[in-house]
Amino acid sequence: MEALKQKAKELLQNGDVKTVLGYAVGTGDSRRPHFARKPDQVDRLVLDAKCTQNLATYLTKHEVKHLGKVAVVALPATQRALLQLVAERQLRDDAICLLAVDEGEVKILSSGADVEQHLALKTDAMAAADKTQIEKLMGMTREQRWAFWQQELSRCVKCYACRNSCPMCYCEHCTMDCNRPQWVPVASHALGNLEYHMVRAMHLAGRCVECGECGRACPVGIPVHLLTFFAEESTAKQFGQRAGHTAKLDYALSTFKPDDKETFIR
Amino acid sequence: MADTFKLTHENLDGLFAALRTDGRRVLAPVDADGRTELNEVESPHQVAKDYLQTILSAKEVVFPKVERLLSYTTAPGSVELHDAEPKALPTVLFGVRPCEAKAFGALDAVFNWDYRDKFFNARMEEMAVIGVSCTRADDACFCTSVGGGPADTQGSDILLTPIEGGFLAEVLTDKGKAIQALVPQFFTPGNGVDKAAIAAKVAKAFDQPALTVKLPRMFESDLWEDQALRCIGCGACAYVCPTCVCFDIQEEADPKQGKRLRCWDSCGFSMFTLHASGHNPRETQSARWRQRIYHKFSTYPERYQMLGCVGCGKCTRACPVDMNLREHLVEAAEVQA
Repeated sequence: MEALKQKAKELLQNGDVKTVLGYAVGTGDSRRPHFARKPDQVDRLVLDAKCTQNLATYLTKHEVKHLGKVAVVALPATQRALLQLVAERQLRDDAICLLAVDEGEVKILSSGADVEQHLALKTDAMAAADKTQIEKLMGMTREQRWAFWQQELSRCVKCYACRNSCPMCYCEHCTMDCNRPQWVPVASHALGNLEYHMVRAMHLAGRCVECGECGRACPVGIPVHLLTFFAEESTAKQFGQRAGHTAKLDYALSTFKPDDKETFIR
Repeated sequence: MADTFKLTHENLDGLFAALRTDGRRVLAPVDADGRTELNEVESPHQVAKDYLQTILSAKEVVFPKVERLLSYTTAPGSVELHDAEPKALPTVLFGVRPCEAKAFGALDAVFNWDYRDKFFNARMEEMAVIGVSCTRADDACFCTSVGGGPADTQGSDILLTPIEGGFLAEVLTDKGKAIQALVPQFFTPGNGVDKAAIAAKVAKAFDQPALTVKLPRMFESDLWEDQALRCIGCGACAYVCPTCVCFDIQEEADPKQGKRLRCWDSCGFSMFTLHASGHNPRETQSARWRQRIYHKFSTYPERYQMLGCVGCGKCTRACPVDMNLREHLVEAAEVQA
């Protein structure tokens, strides 16, 4: 922890970055994202198992870009998200400064290639609880799965916490907010909720870095992350590639290849 | 001064049965896989044990997340319009906390400001509130800083405060008396219980009247940008809030028919104030965050002589990035302006 604070202070003092984005203690001993813009704000930084938010979400926001270069305390999921943002050309190498902490040692990763190399050393599997849950869902009949999701999504109020907390939902103008024409109903009724969550899952197929932030963000406890996890797993199975593992990626769902196994496109 | 009685747990059972016989549904906090939700119950045994609050507020009982206002069908040369009528079921809200009971007043201020909203009013008329005092609070609570309290009676028709063997029952309004009249034998004479000793202790966190006075001078403060940096701009705070009343009118139509819907909306969304011209007077998240604070602590007092916040802390608990409203108000109150 001290090594991290030290490094953060150095970066700020040397003017290498304008802000260090990490975690601080929040309400009731929870953890919250913390922007340290002055060296004395660095002292509030903490890093432990309670830190969960995917901080890569902030890197594409206007308000944060406006601050200048940001150093980010990066959990493996944050690193994957950042790598995917690089692959999708949302971040350039010169905007990257990740602080990866491994067994007390702080490593600075300052390019997509750095992050890719660093991540390659990690094995990181889906949380056991999520895996079990997905297997349970896949063990259901279609009718049971349909009933399960109808029941869960009936609680949705369309607050968009899942969308706004997602590092890959960086669109300036989300399809959900498009009103000329209004593709998806605004209302949080059964159809509006279902269409929203289906669109969200499809837009994240092959792009979801499986951080689970959307599920944690949901105020009413809908396991929405299972939808995008499942879409991601399907894409990985069909196309042999995963989001958040490489800095250069031809997106599976929008890349034409002559050796594609589908024939309709030829 | 309210009439004070004692209501034993056993007699509460009887009261629930009497309410149902009287044709009223009872909505109460229940435990749903670890979440506390407001649901219909048949007996007090189904009410969640030791809950703090529900996640969503009780406002959806009178102001649902989607409400059909009218529908229409069109044919060449004609339009047939059908006004929607509110489905107002006789309802007793049981176990809401004093903060939330008080919040109906803030909704009422808007829905009966310059236009009497028939949907809201029909449901309010059919609803009675049996509040239950808080015996514990958490770090998000700040009711005592905004004119409420853990055993405050505002907004409740009957307020129950847990005591040994049951509740101290304060019958506060005509609606409360009508409920009591269903089973008068269950409301036995109460004794001089010290409510304050039983209720949760919620320390006053900031000087709200002073804050309200100085907010107009703080509009350009850097504070809002500092506070809002971590806000991700979702609507969780507004949608769980018992007083947030903003809505969006949506038209769902095809060439032959359509309906007009009133849907919850949130000032946290970037589209909230976007004009058709493309201009957005609340262009950044910090401007939208400031809007939220000002609406509740400056505009509401100015326009309705009350606050638009009851200090329930639901927004703080629901926020994915822990925007703690109490903490932010304390910070604002400390600014020299």
